[in-house]
Amino acid sequence: MGSVPFVLALVCVAAALFAVGRWLNISYAFFAAYVVVQYIVLGTAWNILGGYTGYVNFGITAFFALGAYSSVVLYKLVPSLPLPIMMVVGGIVAGLVGLGTGYLTLRLRGVFFSIATLALAVVVQTLITNWDFVGGARGAYVLRPRVAPLIGGDYIQYLFLLMLGLCVIVLTVARSIEHSALGYGFAAIRDDEGAAEASGVPTLRLKLIATVLSGGFMGMAGAPLPYYVTYLDPASGFSLNYAVNAIAMPLIGGTSSWLGPVVGAVLVGGLQEYIRVTISSAVNVLVAGVLLVVFVVLAPEGIVGLFRRRRR
Amino acid sequence: MDASLDLLVNAVISGLLLGGFYAAVSIGVAISFGMLDIVNIAHPGFILLGSYVAYFANTMLGMDPILAAVIALPAFYALGALVYQVYYVAFERRQDQSLGGLSFFFGLLFITEVALVLVFGVDYRLVQARYIGPSLNLGWIELPLRLFVPFLVSMVMVVGLQLFLSRSFLGRAIEAVAQDQLALRLMAANPTRIKRVAFGLSFATAAIAGAILIVIQPVEPSIGREYIGRVFAICVLGGLGSFSGMVIAAVTLGVVESLTATFFGPSWAPAVSFGVLLVTLAVRPSGILGR
Amino acid sequence: MMTPLLQISGLGKRFGGFTALQAIDLDVQEGERLGLIGPNGSGKSTLVNCICGTLRHDAGSVRFGGKTLDGLTAHQRTRGGLARSFQLPRPFGTLSLAENLRIPILYAVNARGEGGLAGSAIDARCRDLLSEVGLADKAHRLPRDLTQIEMRKLELARAMAAQPKLLFADEVMAGLSHAEIDEIIALLFRLNGQGVTVIMIEHIMRAVMQFSQRLAVLVAGRKIADGKPADVVRDAEVVRAYLGE
Repeated sequence: MGSVPFVLALVCVAAALFAVGRWLNISYAFFAAYVVVQYIVLGTAWNILGGYTGYVNFGITAFFALGAYSSVVLYKLVPSLPLPIMMVVGGIVAGLVGLGTGYLTLRLRGVFFSIATLALAVVVQTLITNWDFVGGARGAYVLRPRVAPLIGGDYIQYLFLLMLGLCVIVLTVARSIEHSALGYGFAAIRDDEGAAEASGVPTLRLKLIATVLSGGFMGMAGAPLPYYVTYLDPASGFSLNYAVNAIAMPLIGGTSSWLGPVVGAVLVGGLQEYIRVTISSAVNVLVAGVLLVVFVVLAPEGIVGLFRRRRR
Repeated sequence: MDASLDLLVNAVISGLLLGGFYAAVSIGVAISFGMLDIVNIAHPGFILLGSYVAYFANTMLGMDPILAAVIALPAFYALGALVYQVYYVAFERRQDQSLGGLSFFFGLLFITEVALVLVFGVDYRLVQARYIGPSLNLGWIELPLRLFVPFLVSMVMVVGLQLFLSRSFLGRAIEAVAQDQLALRLMAANPTRIKRVAFGLSFATAAIAGAILIVIQPVEPSIGREYIGRVFAICVLGGLGSFSGMVIAAVTLGVVESLTATFFGPSWAPAVSFGVLLVTLAVRPSGILGR
Repeated sequence: MMTPLLQISGLGKRFGGFTALQAIDLDVQEGERLGLIGPNGSGKSTLVNCICGTLRHDAGSVRFGGKTLDGLTAHQRTRGGLARSFQLPRPFGTLSLAENLRIPILYAVNARGEGGLAGSAIDARCRDLLSEVGLADKAHRLPRDLTQIEMRKLELARAMAAQPKLLFADEVMAGLSHAEIDEIIALLFRLNGQGVTVIMIEHIMRAVMQFSQRLAVLVAGRKIADGKPADVVRDAEVVRAYLGE
């Protein structure tokens, strides 16, 4: 399937989902679905650098929160700024930070890059916690408009629509990378970086591209967060949950294709929501971590990989 | 002026003692990452586990926390051996890319943190011991025993391990594995078993490190994350594979953090170590005394 | 005499306390067939790594096509016309054989501006290259399904896919049968006929003598002989250090 038919198919699915939700008009459904779609975006973004290129980014919380806090800053400066613009700004800020970090550390072994991303997460969190303009440790309040612009109705529906739109974009980008020259370059780096260099692949440049794309999309996913939670403080904005989920979902779903993070987000997100409602919210947090370890040890190709193997 | 100098000197002293403690925290990673090339980012999580074991023994049984850790050593060693076995079967044997291994340890880190939250909650926990509170006064230098005793314990552990690695047969086998696995195999020693011992040892250090951590400060489950950057900053700065480099780096970082906390406020401390890490990786990745 | 295509002067490389290469001087003319021999551990692969940019040399200089290579990354050197096969094969494990050859076409050939390939032309080129090394029937298999010997042929095909001006064939023939060795020699002769300068690094003396116009000998990091093959193999030092063993 070419790129254009794929986008159209995605847009149709997204539109159908939204239409059904609007018709049912259940607020809870929108809140829950927002989280799942957000994780599809985070997981796919992570996978561009992780699954496709082989570099593990543990600093997801840094990029995600950079997007969220750039929205807080913009909100305090220009409260009426449309959210889509905030998302673009969040993406640019996160992308630039990704570029900087990558430039410093991508010349080294992959493990050093991963450790540096862990470090980045804590540095960014410390900086934000000490920045009074965004509320510091006390947090910041964001007023959610009562009515959604453009479409009317609950504001949460507007947030969901924006996240759906972002999701369509990210999935399209991921899929079109897969069989492009860029995707082959990523795969070569992942399989054997030295041999890739010797074959003419500009490994540093491609790794930077992957890092910027990955970080930028995570920032865009974080930008609507302040409006979703209305109260944002560093403890929740930088919650390790985002990082674990963003890694666990693609690994469980399968890292070799765009479909993996989708499968992972829907299954794990759905399971977490079910456990949160039936058992407890503390236990549901554990689920992603346990599943991550189990899948990484027993089924490293993920669910999509298992299906592919059975078909062959 | 006098008060400021006093403050400075005490900040440096605290920093030195703290740095000694940081060496205890980092030695586990110096073994697993520096010698075995296994990126165990979950190590701080297991240190926290050690802290809570000490806490439990201290509040339930009235035991001294460090004594509790010593008693718990074999259990931690066994846990380390088990984790290594899983890691080996799942990743090392398959010669997989680091993606799986890193994610595995990240998952373990997360699981230990959440499990601790589930069992103990998010409130800060601390221990009681005779040496928490009083200080040793040497003229105008004040040595808080709360920092000094952990410093001593840490130095004993580091020196002890260094002697073990350089003098004992098993220790030298570990050093050999770190340098050349193939040669070791050709000499009919089993590298897997040796690595398992080494990895178990690194977990054992976590028990002690955890006990002295909770002596120094109250703990809650998420502070493990702060230590990831510290530990790896110290190991990278000191040079992988060099214990003495690691100790120097640990003490240096302790002093820098202490000075930062005294003059700029304690909330900046986590950023210091990570900033050091990023700069070191960018400028001199082989560290001060690295291979 | 024209400027040599490859000019190596005073090249040195140390690993900590160990000197792998010392004061290597070597010129290779365009279109030449050079053989490079020497005992294991003499530094042949290290020399290739330094020239191709996988390792940084510590002393001396390397010039290719009249321009210095210092400071250029490995991929820039490949784009500039150098290519090498790895002595221990390093295939892209998750890509099929045909896709393995795609990488240098996409990133070395197409990056040069003119003569780029697109679409089905790339697939055709991959098929042709695999045929040349006898792997056409396995085009869609993964490298892990190959034997060691087949992987070495894949290495050679991947180096050829970069359309180099100068190709290092690093111990491609180890373990091959008599007939297979002849096939590879014929292939390298064909390449040379098309204008590619070939440096053959081998232990199989029959192949080296048959193929090389000139022979260089490396022992313990130093070049001890450089000249006509017939003369070099009679050189006393060469016999003592390498051939006599």
